[in-house]
Amino acid sequence: MKYIHNYKITLKGVLLNACLLAAVLLMTSCETNEDQVVANLQSIVMQDEFDIDGAPDSSIWTYDIGTGENGWGNNELQYYTDKTDNVKVENGYLLITAKEESLNGSSYTSARLTTNGLFERAYGRFETRMRLPYGQGIWPAFWLLGSNCEEIVWPACGEIDIMEYRGQEPTKVLGSVHGPGYSGGEAITKSYTLEDDRFDTGFHVFGIEWTPDYINYYVDDVLYNQITPADVTGDWVFDHPFYIIINLAVGGSFPGNPNSETTFPQTMLIDYVRVYE
Amino acid sequence: MKVNKYINLKFLTLGLTFLTILSCERELSSDAEFATFPQIGEIFTDTPIGLGSDFYFPFLGSKLTAFSVEQGVSYEGSASMRFDVPNEDDPEGNYAGAIFRIDGAGRDLTQFDALTFWAKASQGVVLGEMGFGQDFEENKYQVTATNLSLSTNWVKYIIPIPDPSKLIEERGMFWYSAGTQGTGGLGYTFWLDEVRFEKLGTLGQPKPAILNGEVIDQEAFIDVPVTLTGLKQTFNLASGQNQTVLASPSYFDFNSTDIEVARVSETGIVSVVSKGQATITATLGNVEASGSLNLDVIGSFDFAPIPPIRDPNDVVCIYSDAYQTAEIEYYNGFFNPDGQTTLGGNIIINDNNNVIRYTDLNFVALKTTNTVDASGMENLHFDIKVEDSQIDAGDFITFILLAQNPDGTEDQASITISTEDLVAGQWIPIERPLSDFVGVTTSNLSLFFFVSDFTVNTILVDNIYFYN
Repeated sequence: MKYIHNYKITLKGVLLNACLLAAVLLMTSCETNEDQVVANLQSIVMQDEFDIDGAPDSSIWTYDIGTGENGWGNNELQYYTDKTDNVKVENGYLLITAKEESLNGSSYTSARLTTNGLFERAYGRFETRMRLPYGQGIWPAFWLLGSNCEEIVWPACGEIDIMEYRGQEPTKVLGSVHGPGYSGGEAITKSYTLEDDRFDTGFHVFGIEWTPDYINYYVDDVLYNQITPADVTGDWVFDHPFYIIINLAVGGSFPGNPNSETTFPQTMLIDYVRVYE
Repeated sequence: MKVNKYINLKFLTLGLTFLTILSCERELSSDAEFATFPQIGEIFTDTPIGLGSDFYFPFLGSKLTAFSVEQGVSYEGSASMRFDVPNEDDPEGNYAGAIFRIDGAGRDLTQFDALTFWAKASQGVVLGEMGFGQDFEENKYQVTATNLSLSTNWVKYIIPIPDPSKLIEERGMFWYSAGTQGTGGLGYTFWLDEVRFEKLGTLGQPKPAILNGEVIDQEAFIDVPVTLTGLKQTFNLASGQNQTVLASPSYFDFNSTDIEVARVSETGIVSVVSKGQATITATLGNVEASGSLNLDVIGSFDFAPIPPIRDPNDVVCIYSDAYQTAEIEYYNGFFNPDGQTTLGGNIIINDNNNVIRYTDLNFVALKTTNTVDASGMENLHFDIKVEDSQIDAGDFITFILLAQNPDGTEDQASITISTEDLVAGQWIPIERPLSDFVGVTTSNLSLFFFVSDFTVNTILVDNIYFYN
């Protein structure tokens, strides 16, 4: 896996003034050739700013309900619902809340939103701005799954994890791809750690820029990884439409289970989800 | 020069009031600067930094020479702080402990969020206490981290500042207290390096607490203050671990639901003013603290009469605030398998007033840690108050002295306070010659029983002593 480091130029106004800033960057970033523009794609094709209180926009979002098989394949502990207690839009944010409560044999409830059947796309810039929850066993994620996963069994259909995070590591997120020959523990992955900040005390931007030739991973204004077909140890399956998933899991094989110091409820706040081309 | 402004609300309010009253026509010049202090974080790198010449003040009874600077041992650079914790039988002091106080004006620590250092020890050991904010004056912003587990490798430790905005001029840079309780009395050495306040930015999720986060219902009495304890602040660290420190009351803002009943000082002392109910809560840095104190003020406390001053040689005291007392192993043995139902024990009214209160009394025993020799004394005294609303026919209290002899035998004797000598709701002094207790070895007294066989429900007891 190759990755790029030493990004001295930062793209502070990526959301507001991206074109102008990009132009400035081009002019001023000649000093070190490792400096990079974080994001190139600027034309919105889908966005949800979560500005209308109530249930999330049903033209964009649907829900996975229940526990899946074996806790969604990961021994996760929560039961996903579409109840207001677990998912709602309020004050300009989408709130997904994990609660400690018994439901249908599970000890926790939470929510998992997807755009499956509503929005899918190959390539583009997929970005969210979130404040994450914290605590041992808390596992929020923003990710993409191949739209053909119901016909072609995972991992051959492909998975792009834009952001995963363990609540017991509040300064670290991971970005990964899963495909045939490189899934689960063998996924192509890289972490990004904040040196003087945390992901649960303020909002941060998590995104990828996905083209036929690469998937670039960024957090805020830092490009921290690039995965290309040469980096994966199997077929490159990221050449067809994917849909978006946002979920907040509790426990499971990736973060381990909550302990006595994990406090509930835990809420993740999503400021927006945007897709650019 | 950069102008560092801070807003102290108290001063601001005061200042505005002052302005309004005295100088309506004049405004504060925009050039006005509040006094600021150095924003230096370093305490020790290879030498002490900016502490002045006279900065090390050991605790009473500690070994004065415990601290030195050791060249050649360091996490970074060339030297570290070395602390030699003495053996418990060291005649020069049986523990190590001191404060590091700036010799001069304090520092502005508002830009930092934690005291950090690297530490290791000559053996794995759990250090008693470390922190900052202790200056041997008000100790106003003292912070204590307890039970730091040191290994033989250098490890970084983080002691969060509960609320940095409070530390506009702090002299107490560091303090420690370490003994040999966990090492079987044997001394050891530990080293600290790169000791500094720093802005980590990775501390989050503050969870302050008072009363250790518990909700406590308590009876209170007019003019008998209550001290708030269990004051803590917890932060989640970048490691995912929660780090809890003890925080002095001045970090908190206290609130009372009825200040006509009870009000809290900046130092966490609740003054009880009048009858009624009040709930005490607190915030720290605008975060509500868990834990609260629900006070039910039922009136003034009726203390037992204060015993007369006596020659210490003429008193053998079991329990009193007036005399030197025996060490109590327990106030209530809870002999439940023997059918004991009695609840209660010692209650602390305030710093100088303790009283024993037993409820659901069938029988109960108080035990001293060591046997008490009252053989040279002639009389027994104790004060007792029955809190039941009335004394009924057949009510009694029997008081038993039980001796535990060195040969393993026990013997005992008792006196009984009969119905006609009991008064409800009033302290009664009980005086008996020790010779009334026939058959007990008065040189080996150990347990002191109160028995009522449920004829009396609640009693207060105070001032149990023998005298000449």
